[in-house]
Amino acid sequence: MAYNLKEVSKKPERLTGGHRMCAGCGAPVVVRAVLRALKEEDKAVITSATGCLEVSTYTYPYTAWEDSFFHSAFENAGANAAGIEAAYRNLVKTGKIDDTYKFIAFGGDGGTYDIGLQALSGAMERGHDMVYVAYDNGAYMNTGIQRSSATPRYADTTTSPAGKVIPGKQQGRKELTKVMVAHNIPYVAQTAPFKNFKDLHEKSEKAIYTPGAAFLNVLAPCPRGWRYDTPKLMEIIELAVDSCFWPLYEVVDGKYHITYEPKNKRPVTDWIEAQGRFKHILKNEEAIKTIQADVDRQWEELQALAAMNK
Amino acid sequence: MAKKDKLSGNEAVAIAMRQINPGVVAAFPITPSTEVPQYFASFVNDGLVDTEFVPVESEHSAMSASIAASAAGARAMTATSSNGLALMYEMLYIAASSRTPVIMSCVNRTVSGPLNIHNDHSDSMGARDSGWIQVYGENNQEAYDNFIIGTKVAEDPDVMLPFMNCYDGFITSHSVENIELMEDQEVKDFVGEFNPEYALLKSPSAYGPLALQGYHYETKRQQAEGMKNAKEAILKYSAEFEKLTGRKYGLYEEYKLDDAEIAIVIIGSTAGTAKYTVDQLREKGIKAGLLKIRVFRPFPKEEIAEVLKHVKAVAVLDKTCSLNDAGAPLFLEVRSALYDLETRPMLINYIYGLGGRDVKTSDIESVYNDLAEIVKAGKTDNVYRYLGLAEE
Repeated sequence: MAYNLKEVSKKPERLTGGHRMCAGCGAPVVVRAVLRALKEEDKAVITSATGCLEVSTYTYPYTAWEDSFFHSAFENAGANAAGIEAAYRNLVKTGKIDDTYKFIAFGGDGGTYDIGLQALSGAMERGHDMVYVAYDNGAYMNTGIQRSSATPRYADTTTSPAGKVIPGKQQGRKELTKVMVAHNIPYVAQTAPFKNFKDLHEKSEKAIYTPGAAFLNVLAPCPRGWRYDTPKLMEIIELAVDSCFWPLYEVVDGKYHITYEPKNKRPVTDWIEAQGRFKHILKNEEAIKTIQADVDRQWEELQALAAMNK
Repeated sequence: MAKKDKLSGNEAVAIAMRQINPGVVAAFPITPSTEVPQYFASFVNDGLVDTEFVPVESEHSAMSASIAASAAGARAMTATSSNGLALMYEMLYIAASSRTPVIMSCVNRTVSGPLNIHNDHSDSMGARDSGWIQVYGENNQEAYDNFIIGTKVAEDPDVMLPFMNCYDGFITSHSVENIELMEDQEVKDFVGEFNPEYALLKSPSAYGPLALQGYHYETKRQQAEGMKNAKEAILKYSAEFEKLTGRKYGLYEEYKLDDAEIAIVIIGSTAGTAKYTVDQLREKGIKAGLLKIRVFRPFPKEEIAEVLKHVKAVAVLDKTCSLNDAGAPLFLEVRSALYDLETRPMLINYIYGLGGRDVKTSDIESVYNDLAEIVKAGKTDNVYRYLGLAEE
């Protein structure tokens, strides 16, 4: 069946309203879109790393999750989903349950790229039948906007401040999606809640229903960290994708496919200028040139990888 | 029918795990506990159990996956030692506060540094306030028996706390001793099915909330109640276990303590050495006795005070040091337990056996000699002492 946003939006919400995420935050938009890819009749256990999503959706005694939800710490969302999936296999094997359950772990870039990388790597390498979803907002937002290995070069964060001598983060971002590809798992994708959510929906569906371990890296802007007006969430995402800062692609059984090629690749300045965290480098030609060079190199590499499969 | 065998402590514990047939075992190797998941992995691959074995990439993930599996509704077990337990530290507290009765063998080994693979109790003693039930075995038989009893205790609806089965690295884990094993079915019947009231895979449920000033404190109070209930559960299930096996266990073991004038309080395998020494001293007419602590968490404070109150001088031996210039954990807790007595024994603390330093009968005898001196002098002088240090 062809994708139809209106149709899939009729599914009952599995992350209900009333949670405490900020207005204009990308994370709950991502979560709801991922969960819409679940078949209604399938049950799920959701796990989350400590972070904005966790503290804002399960603040005792309230939970916004319709499915079973498990959180324990910051660095172990991969291991948690693995433990639950292992328990499921045992309970099915011993005839104690016969429902179909899916296992989805959410983590921010802090819990995924950095402190949780080991547990994620272990869970993926062992091939648990689960999906790990990184909602990448490019910094440790929950603790107050500190740099992460996902923070773009020159971004102003509280631990890579735009100083008088050093203009923000000095390193480029880690390409975690490619790190996950190197795990030789059946499905890896990079996506975003882009336009009508088709890309995110279809990749979520594939990730959830491909047997084995799957990984989704999803761009999820943060209005406080990125400093944009909250209604501009979808616009900011579009600029990230159309500038190829955040290309949309998937890697199926090791083969790269670009799922969206912008007709006109926009200059990265279009994306940067829309955010307060880059304000200090807008007149710094060298810095802009470096950012553009990073984006161009990564986009060309991606095109070359995709061309290998043609 | 019990089966007699000759087994190492680790193999005996792995057999107990096979007999229980848990839902999930998640483990990462660390000496001297490594054999437990090794033996168990062979049981899995030989089709002797239904367990999902998760060979995780760290101890932190071992404990995380175990907690998650338990919350999901499967019985979860693991084993570790030393730095492995230290790496789990964050998750130990979460296992207890999530009320997930994970069963873990802590094969006691010193915590780095310097790096050393041998036995002392610095690993589990460091986790003494994490909310885990802690039971210490003296030998292979106790390591096996405590594991089986502990599973039942942890999952009692009035307890629902994780259980740490502690036994001494190499001395107990690797030495081969005669042991009596229960029949497989007998073990299965004794522990029963794990069927928690709430589970992620049973009905929509949620674990691990953000619980702020309005709720956090009450969860801790509830944990404390569970720990209190654990004492009764240990006695109850130990009594049931005795009916099946004839092996009697309490919160502690008294050895010739009734009429003792001087006594040692000790945990773990060195109790065997101390019992031998007590026998030797008794032959010389010296009224020496021993109190071996089996259950350290919950701490049987009233009971310990009761059995020690008539003794003139007591030495508490700790196989760990608190580096606090005040006394090691067992000493501090025993001393605190005795405080409410009107007349109490004189009390000294010995640190011993750190990093696997051998403890000989002559070492233990020297402690009793010191106690006899204290009784004679009517005062303790130095309270905080070291046994078997090279400089002495």
